[in-house]
Amino acid sequence: MYRYDEFDERFVRERVAQFRDQVNRRLSGAITEDEFKPLRLKNGVYLQLHAYMLRIAIPYGTLSARQLRQLALIGEKFDRGYGHFTTRQNLQFNWPRLRDVPEILDLLADVEMHCIQTSGNCIRNVTADQFSGVAADEIEDPRPVAELIRQWSSAHPEFSYLPRKFKIAVTGAAHDRAAVKVHDIGLRIVRNTAGETGYEIIVGGGLGRTPMIGKVVRDFLPKGDLLAYLEALMRVYNAEGRRDNKYKARVKILVHEIGIEEFQARVEAEFAALDRTTINADREEVARIAAYFAAPPYEKRPAVSQTYQAARAANPAFAAWADVNVTPHKAPGYAALTISLKGIGAVPGDMTSEQMRAAAGLAERYSFGELRVTHAQNLVLPHVAQDDLFAVWKALGNARLAEANVGLITDIIACPGLDYCALATARSIPIAQALSQRFADPARQREIGPLGIKISGCINACGHHHVGNIGILGLEKRGEESYQITLGGDATENAALGDILGPGLTAAEVPDAIERLVEVYLGQRNTGEAFIDTVRRLGIAPFKAAFLQEIDHAAA
Amino acid sequence: MSSAKLPPLPAILLANDLLDGDVVFRTATGWSRNPTEALIAQDTASATALEAEGRTAMAGNHVVDAYLVDVEISDAGIPVPRHFRERFRILGPSIRPDLGKQAEFPAIRDAAHD
Repeated sequence: MYRYDEFDERFVRERVAQFRDQVNRRLSGAITEDEFKPLRLKNGVYLQLHAYMLRIAIPYGTLSARQLRQLALIGEKFDRGYGHFTTRQNLQFNWPRLRDVPEILDLLADVEMHCIQTSGNCIRNVTADQFSGVAADEIEDPRPVAELIRQWSSAHPEFSYLPRKFKIAVTGAAHDRAAVKVHDIGLRIVRNTAGETGYEIIVGGGLGRTPMIGKVVRDFLPKGDLLAYLEALMRVYNAEGRRDNKYKARVKILVHEIGIEEFQARVEAEFAALDRTTINADREEVARIAAYFAAPPYEKRPAVSQTYQAARAANPAFAAWADVNVTPHKAPGYAALTISLKGIGAVPGDMTSEQMRAAAGLAERYSFGELRVTHAQNLVLPHVAQDDLFAVWKALGNARLAEANVGLITDIIACPGLDYCALATARSIPIAQALSQRFADPARQREIGPLGIKISGCINACGHHHVGNIGILGLEKRGEESYQITLGGDATENAALGDILGPGLTAAEVPDAIERLVEVYLGQRNTGEAFIDTVRRLGIAPFKAAFLQEIDHAAA
Repeated sequence: MSSAKLPPLPAILLANDLLDGDVVFRTATGWSRNPTEALIAQDTASATALEAEGRTAMAGNHVVDAYLVDVEISDAGIPVPRHFRERFRILGPSIRPDLGKQAEFPAIRDAAHD
């Protein structure tokens, strides 16, 4: 993992001191709320429905056991004993007091963490494939480039007051687990015909009220030119992105309004005019960063573990869990293991301090002290020996963390919604809980197979509903919560936006409606065909018919 | 500065405490964390006065984001917001009945669920 050098350390500590001073000045009345708000937001402090909320950056979703223990401590000492992992691989505390935030920031700095640029109109925390560095299908570990972008973008003087927030995601694998096509910039590590690795740059993706799939603006960028190219792209956006209307201020609107060819031409012109050597990172610095992400000292193991195979054969429940929660690993004899934070009826992404300590302990013992956060609001132990999988599964069970549902219908993404969030128009978590209960039967979940439900409590789409195989958007209709259902969304390399099926439903109607969609799939799928592929093959018509039929019944 | 359009009455004034972030309510004598103690404005004059109290408290750096919320009065005389958003706001997360004001002040929970 990356370790702070003296400059990083000083930068973060100075920020904490500045924020402590800003809080004191706010409390003394020396600065007004209007002056203070942008300052607190730049340090991750929001004001939500019931309390302040603190959003902590987990750069590219990589977390050490030591850091997770510190988060557990902060949750206990300053919050209500739990935290919430978000769709941007961050962690939010729902109940901190403003007066305690400087002390919390100090505790975070002690473990090389911070809340800088987790809000505001700046380049936000860079997200990445949760299996970076371990995925069997990976060209190259994207975390060194994610860290390089983090350093370049942190307090970048030119890009600290952008027209709007700016989100970057990176992946080094063929299969996109980082939703790069729905970010302001998506970066894919690719190989050209000459066999060199470089970057494919995708721009203008995003969700929110105007969802768009990103477009390729550069199909191959040599690695050494990354920062100069990003600088050129950000300059075009910073200068030409709209500042007159916050709903039209994201880069996706600029790309849409002038067209990708024109946008590309402007970026290339800016890029050509830049003095690249002064902007691009020098090779030594890139190598220094990359060295932090060297593989841990794996032991030499056979590719297939007999211990693991025997445990699978003897324990069907373990085998069922391993089938969906275990992912192949680059290193022979190892596996990456996803810890589901989606227990049946639980709050998606919530984890108690006690569970954090249990997971940290397992990471220390079995995964070289390392964990990852997924954008689907789960955790990963990235380097577990296959021999140890059974022991880890048993320990996870003791901490109520052994749900066997990763990628299945109860592995639901949900934003905090109106249970916490000041922007929400309806609740999302209770919908997730009701669906989780409805589809709780493990055998039925396995029979249904991979199916992603994503729920947002407002049009801002933190729950990624547009790219859910089934998406659910909570709105207000005539003074009641109302839920709009979409079908056919996809967040992967086959990115697609879902289509609306019909009129909004009440919360109570949602589980039956989803059940009907699942029934259409089960009735019409080909052998081995996943839900999303059946939807693609059939189109939405048969699903829409079943959906509307249910509405008619409900109305009758 | 003229005040914005008043909500339907009766109404109460709520805000967030600057230091703690907790939701607080204007009472006859000051601010309280307990929603059952909120002062209820039944007419335009008292609602306007409440709103002015909110502006003063914001200017004095005691609270942030003060605004009037229209309420119904429960049988027990407790004000309960008409809109579901504000109801969740004074109760706490619906998914965690052990947290927020619903846990601390059972009277508001009972009034809201009547």
